[in-house]
Amino acid sequence: MSVPVLEIRNLHVDFKTRHGVLHALNGISFSIARGEVLGVVGESGAGKSLTGSAIIGLLEPPGHIAGGEIYLNGARIDGLDFESMRHIRGKKIGTIFQDPLTSLDPLFRVGEQLIETIRTHLPLDEKQARARAISLLADVGIPAPEKRIDAYPHEFSGGMRQRVVIALALAAEPDLVIADEPTTALDVSVQAQIIEVLKKLCRERGTAVMLITHDMGVIAETADRVAVMYAGRVAEIGPVRSVVQHPQHPYAQGLMGSIPPLDQHPSQLQQIEGSMPRLSAIPKGCAFHPRCPLVIDACHQTQPELRASGESFAACIRAGEAA
Amino acid sequence: MLAFILRRLMQSVLVLVVVVLLAFTMFRFVGDPVNQIVSLDTPAEQVAEVRKSLGLDDPVPVQIMRYLYHVVQFDFGISYQFRQPVVDLLAERAPATLELALMSSLISLLVGIPMGVYTALRRDGFFARLFQSISLIGVSLPTFLIGILLIYLFAVTLGWLPSFGRGQVVTVYGRWTTGFLTVSGLKALILPSITLGLYQMTLIMRLVRSEMLEVLRADHIKFARARGLTTHSIHFRHALKSTLVPVITIAGLQLGSIIAFAVITETVFQWPGMGALFLKAVQNVDIPIMAAYLMIISALFVSINMIVDLLYAFVDPRLRTTIKN
Ligand SMILES: Nc1ncnc2c1ncn2[C@@H]1O[C@H](COP(=O)(O)OP(=O)(O)O)[C@@H](O)[C@H]1O
Ligand SMILES: [Mg+2]
Repeated sequence: MSVPVLEIRNLHVDFKTRHGVLHALNGISFSIARGEVLGVVGESGAGKSLTGSAIIGLLEPPGHIAGGEIYLNGARIDGLDFESMRHIRGKKIGTIFQDPLTSLDPLFRVGEQLIETIRTHLPLDEKQARARAISLLADVGIPAPEKRIDAYPHEFSGGMRQRVVIALALAAEPDLVIADEPTTALDVSVQAQIIEVLKKLCRERGTAVMLITHDMGVIAETADRVAVMYAGRVAEIGPVRSVVQHPQHPYAQGLMGSIPPLDQHPSQLQQIEGSMPRLSAIPKGCAFHPRCPLVIDACHQTQPELRASGESFAACIRAGEAA
Repeated sequence: MLAFILRRLMQSVLVLVVVVLLAFTMFRFVGDPVNQIVSLDTPAEQVAEVRKSLGLDDPVPVQIMRYLYHVVQFDFGISYQFRQPVVDLLAERAPATLELALMSSLISLLVGIPMGVYTALRRDGFFARLFQSISLIGVSLPTFLIGILLIYLFAVTLGWLPSFGRGQVVTVYGRWTTGFLTVSGLKALILPSITLGLYQMTLIMRLVRSEMLEVLRADHIKFARARGLTTHSIHFRHALKSTLVPVITIAGLQLGSIIAFAVITETVFQWPGMGALFLKAVQNVDIPIMAAYLMIISALFVSINMIVDLLYAFVDPRLRTTIKN
């Protein structure tokens, strides 16, 4: 087996606050193979974005990596100095954020932003970089790219802006793209197109994707594997088909409860009774136990580790038992 | 774009007309101008004659039109104190005030912006904190006190710089007197322009700092970091540009107030500018000078405002499009 593009081992992220240390990520482990699409799902606040920020070394203080390791193509990247990390961001790992309306610098033409990104990472001159920028814009489906390259971000619609953001993320041919809810802020009518563009380009280039989304429909159609996160932990991870159709963890079972049929528009995640605990009040034992329909006494005591169950791995001592 | 400029121009003219009306009202209703000309024992017929010759018997609208007619030709009447045309008095003193204001604005921008950027980028550094504390003093100390302290330190105690006046001035282009061309003129400019610019400088510094801190948290900066751009480019290309857009407005308005607030500094440093003239006019109820000063300052504010708006459109592409449509 070849070395995975990304491997995370037992990642911990803490926030030091006045009221003590909050453990936002609590031993996350997963890996992404070359060209693979890993879907990451979970309720808001589960730690999905934080995982992304930790990977690219842009956790905002007081957040910091408190333990664990991150490997990119087999080389450890957590704890690298800022300048080394800068050469990884954009060059090896592209990032796409949620809101295309605010991701671009409003005061610079999209071409200037593309060219700057390209020239930061690749040894091209202005003219070559411009040609590359135009072809990137064409790749992401922007009509008349040789004209639009000189437009300002506000002259594009939301969907078109997110295409520009994708072009920026792919500008230096990264090995991995972290897409953090890339369509959440967009009009429903363009969401599918944006995912399609992302999927197609990454497949063509063999780029691996960490796709964070709330949209189970998108996961089902796009991802190879899926990780379900809950309260700063991975609750279940496995091939998309088995996690979606035969979820092993009771939380995943709740989430997958209502995957819409493919011919309907994908809906948001189904709500599970109760809400995710706040960071300051994560219960002892399994973090999900207060909401779990399968809870037993042992769940109050020990935090379950990921273990093989069915075709995937689940962090539950009763994994696999039907709800 | 042209429509936008025209619209702004119309608004500006409207504001100025209102100001002229105000100035006229001062003339007409603050004291009787005739009393300024005649003495207590002037015969009544003669008083009436003066009144008539000044056109004060005409209906008010006629008087207003006549006043407006004179004002647009820069005819602001004759000073009661000096018995000279107000326009000559002001023209003679305008260079002093404008050079002082220019110097103060330059200081406030050239020092205030870098200090603001510095304190934003080195938020927790020792010097950033120091600047931040010092700036509080700049904002809260009254101008005259700063002026007096500076005079005490640099003029009285150290004897490095003059404590009053413009030094040696040179006349250029016929009437403009400048202090920029002589050593003593430049030396004389230092203390007053620091005094006048200090408040604006600290204001600009604090504004730039808070604006920059906010921009550094913005999504597009986060995305710029995620793209691996250099810190230099993120700070000084992307963040600084976003920071300066709103700062332009404030800085423009500051320039207006620098000229208006020059009154105090000019008094402290016996600076022969328009502000000092205005103060003397107030003491002596010299209405023509007061009115002219009011109008000139308003005209300045209005033009600065317009320039700022245009500049804003020039810097911010979003606004440019809005204006185009
Ligand atoms: N600056 C911060 N200080 C304290 N807690 C934070 C901070 N940023 C994020 N968190 C917490 O970290 C947790 C994970 O956040 P996030 O990764 O954004 O969740 P999501 O899965 O919705 O992307 C949340 O509970 C959030 O409240
Ligand atoms: Mg998030």
